[in-house]
Amino acid sequence: MRLLKINSTVKFMRLRVPALVFSTILIIASLGSLAVNQLNWGLDFTGGTLIEVGYPDAANLDEIRRELDAASFGDAIVQNFGSSQDVLIRLAPREGVKSAEVGDQVMLALRATGKNVDMRRIEFVGPNVGEELTEQGGLAMLTALICILIYVAMRFEWRFALGSVSALAHDVIITLGLFSFLQLEFDLTILAAVLAVIGYSLNDTIVVSDRIRENFRKIRKAESEEIINISLTQTLNRTIITSVTTILVLLALFFVGGALIHGFSTALLFGVVIGTYSSIYISSSVALLLGISKEDLIPEVIEKEGEDLDPMI
Amino acid sequence: MLNQTPIWKYFLVLLVIGASALYALPNIYGEDHAIQISAGRNAQVTENMIPSIQSLLTNNEIETKRIEFADDKILVRVNDSDTQLVAREVLEKQLGDEYFVAMNLAPDTPQWLAALGGSPMKLGLDLRGGVHFLMEVDMNSAIGKATEDMVGDFRTALREENIRYRSVKQVGDAVNIQFRDQDTLDSARFFLRNRNPDLVFTERDGLIIHATFSENRLVQIRDYAVKQNITIIRNRVNQLGVAEPLVQKQGAERIVVQLPGIQDTAKAKEILNATATLEFRMVDQDNDVRDAVNGRIPPSSILVNDRSGIPQLLKKRVMLTGNHIIDANSGADEYGIPQVNISLDSKGGTKMSQGTKDNIGNPMATVFIEYKATGERDSNDKLIFEKKEEVISIATIQARLGSNFRITGLDSPKEARDLALLLRAGALIAPITIVEERTVGPSLGAENIELGMKAIQGGLILVLIFMLIYYKAFGMVANIALIANLVMIVGVMSMIPGATLTLPGMAGIVLTVGMAVDANVLIFERIREELRDGRSPQQAIHHGYDSAFSTILDANITTFLAGLILFAVGTGPIKGFSITLMIGIATSMFTAIVLTRVLVNLIWGGRRLESLSI
Repeated sequence: MRLLKINSTVKFMRLRVPALVFSTILIIASLGSLAVNQLNWGLDFTGGTLIEVGYPDAANLDEIRRELDAASFGDAIVQNFGSSQDVLIRLAPREGVKSAEVGDQVMLALRATGKNVDMRRIEFVGPNVGEELTEQGGLAMLTALICILIYVAMRFEWRFALGSVSALAHDVIITLGLFSFLQLEFDLTILAAVLAVIGYSLNDTIVVSDRIRENFRKIRKAESEEIINISLTQTLNRTIITSVTTILVLLALFFVGGALIHGFSTALLFGVVIGTYSSIYISSSVALLLGISKEDLIPEVIEKEGEDLDPMI
Repeated sequence: MLNQTPIWKYFLVLLVIGASALYALPNIYGEDHAIQISAGRNAQVTENMIPSIQSLLTNNEIETKRIEFADDKILVRVNDSDTQLVAREVLEKQLGDEYFVAMNLAPDTPQWLAALGGSPMKLGLDLRGGVHFLMEVDMNSAIGKATEDMVGDFRTALREENIRYRSVKQVGDAVNIQFRDQDTLDSARFFLRNRNPDLVFTERDGLIIHATFSENRLVQIRDYAVKQNITIIRNRVNQLGVAEPLVQKQGAERIVVQLPGIQDTAKAKEILNATATLEFRMVDQDNDVRDAVNGRIPPSSILVNDRSGIPQLLKKRVMLTGNHIIDANSGADEYGIPQVNISLDSKGGTKMSQGTKDNIGNPMATVFIEYKATGERDSNDKLIFEKKEEVISIATIQARLGSNFRITGLDSPKEARDLALLLRAGALIAPITIVEERTVGPSLGAENIELGMKAIQGGLILVLIFMLIYYKAFGMVANIALIANLVMIVGVMSMIPGATLTLPGMAGIVLTVGMAVDANVLIFERIREELRDGRSPQQAIHHGYDSAFSTILDANITTFLAGLILFAVGTGPIKGFSITLMIGIATSMFTAIVLTRVLVNLIWGGRRLESLSI
């Protein structure tokens, strides 16, 4: 069985200008949304208290709000989480030392009427911790990008490195843009997902770049654009199949993984789609734009790395 | 012939997969409800206690599965959670305060597996339920207190040295000493510099010496404040009867406390915030202890038991309280006899000096006071704490004591260490606040495991079906590799002591399942290409594997790099995710390249083929 039976080279790069325009629009829109709406920062970053409680039957949110109001937690945001029995209560950070006890007090208030309320989780994050996490998260992202830039530049060529890192930045910005546009909550697990998107998209980009490099060395008489088209066509089946298997497991995660990792799987699902697109259009277009040519990839030693070593298999 | 595997490679593959499977095996066995008995400060748990515990439980008609002794702890395994509750009550009543009795879930790993070092994966708090606290030590007050001490210290030292000063004042985290003339200032500066190498002295306008802590000293102060708090928290956590608590320094001024299985966070917090103090009192030698025990306690004295339960009669007047202690270390004197060296702040030094002046040759007692939760609550639902006093040492005063003195007459280095620890625990120089709390109830923990497992199974089945349809016989090979990969991930996770499975970690495994087939897709697509280019099946297999190899290597190394950075920079959920991601990448390289090649060679290699089922 074959997904696509392609006998002639697909002229991917003919669409590179529209693709670049499309991506630029998406990036500007994302940055705009990030500037205007910002991200809906989760508890991990803002600090505050979050309490998830379970009721034996469908929970009456209004009644919970009244109970909390009576206990002077009027500012609480109360909503269902995952199911009608599960309720999520959020409280903004409070001044004073006792903030760590808010969670326990809320539980007391809810149990005051003698109802059987199951404490499912309490999370409290102090405001300073939140700020630090934001810094750390940003730092993690930047370090990851820089290290990858260096590695790819060493392994391939600086044009490829810039190409793949711009593809990664493209994926990250647009994924963040989506979260900002839809106002989905952005917490630590989403950050992990965005970083996983980096990993995935990178994987894809490297496979394509590897093929381009190989073809530059193998096919002597062809334009750069032609070689990129040939390479993309050759790897197209693999790109699609890997995306399909990854999307399959992510769908499993999305539908059965539970409410806690809903955001995680959403970010990854979207990121994988964007990452697949960017590995075809962004990284190669950027490399082409920077003027990648045969001479850059036919250095002194043409041998593949590791050829002098005993094969592992 | 092409595509033959040397014999040693079969062995290698069998060995790696076999070892992983072996270490993954403990995860299949469930967990026993168990009770863990560990020793308190003054007691010891030994193997000899097992028969008495066994007979005690048998007498109370409690059925046990197994009682074992390891790591100075006794583990009593029972059949269900009801028995566990009853057994705990019985044991707690019998063993008393000197032992900590905790409920626990102990992995039911068969003994032969455990002997090989096999144990199941450790589950994160989000999967097993429990409390995670991040506590911050208030460094401002630690440094503030040290500065305060510096003021008193300067005054005493200058006075003793007959250097006249106008004033000694605390200014923020520094001290200003003002003098009347330049000569005095110069001699004072010379004297102070020699005396306090870890302080920085600068001269200011108006005949002032400005003293600050050196960077080294600040690090020391911070370090000490954190260490002291960790010691205290460890002591208190033991009271909670948690089976596998974790108390660990994080960064420069934070402490992580993890208490698996604890439900009542309010109680945990109250106990962690409870206080312990120390007092030094003179022993009452004018009256007879026996009279006091019989009820005739002199009005100026009190009766306090020592560690072996023998009552001691002490003066009521407290000579010094523990909050003057700045440091306490155990060591040995020049003859190798164990001792504890104590440093007091300047106020404490003065008090001590005055108190001991007329008491040379008399015994002095050190009393440790802590507040233990009784487990009962008052009308406001606050825990009731019980004050417990205990004489931890009695030592004869050899000379007039100052701000540095030592306690000798200890039986062993261990006793010296314990005493130093208690002394340090007695005085909290820097308060702590909880800056982060994550509590997961047991129901959510169980649900998270179930959902995570479902997601892994669902994802796996979808990928297996897809690969089988798309690549037929080769798809089957990839599927075997995929399952082997899962087994290896679980095996490696169980083997690495620091690896903990969390919910994001499970998500990482799911993602790995999706991405692990990528290597095989790359190889198989290459083989198809080679076949289309007209190569023979054997040639196609050979070249397919060869040319895909460096691509796979590059792609995996870069992703692994991303995982490594996540692990280094991230905390909590990010770490959990990156660990499984990295392990998954490493194992998938093995299964997708080495294992499938061996299988492919076994099935197709070394014979004439007309076509391939790919």
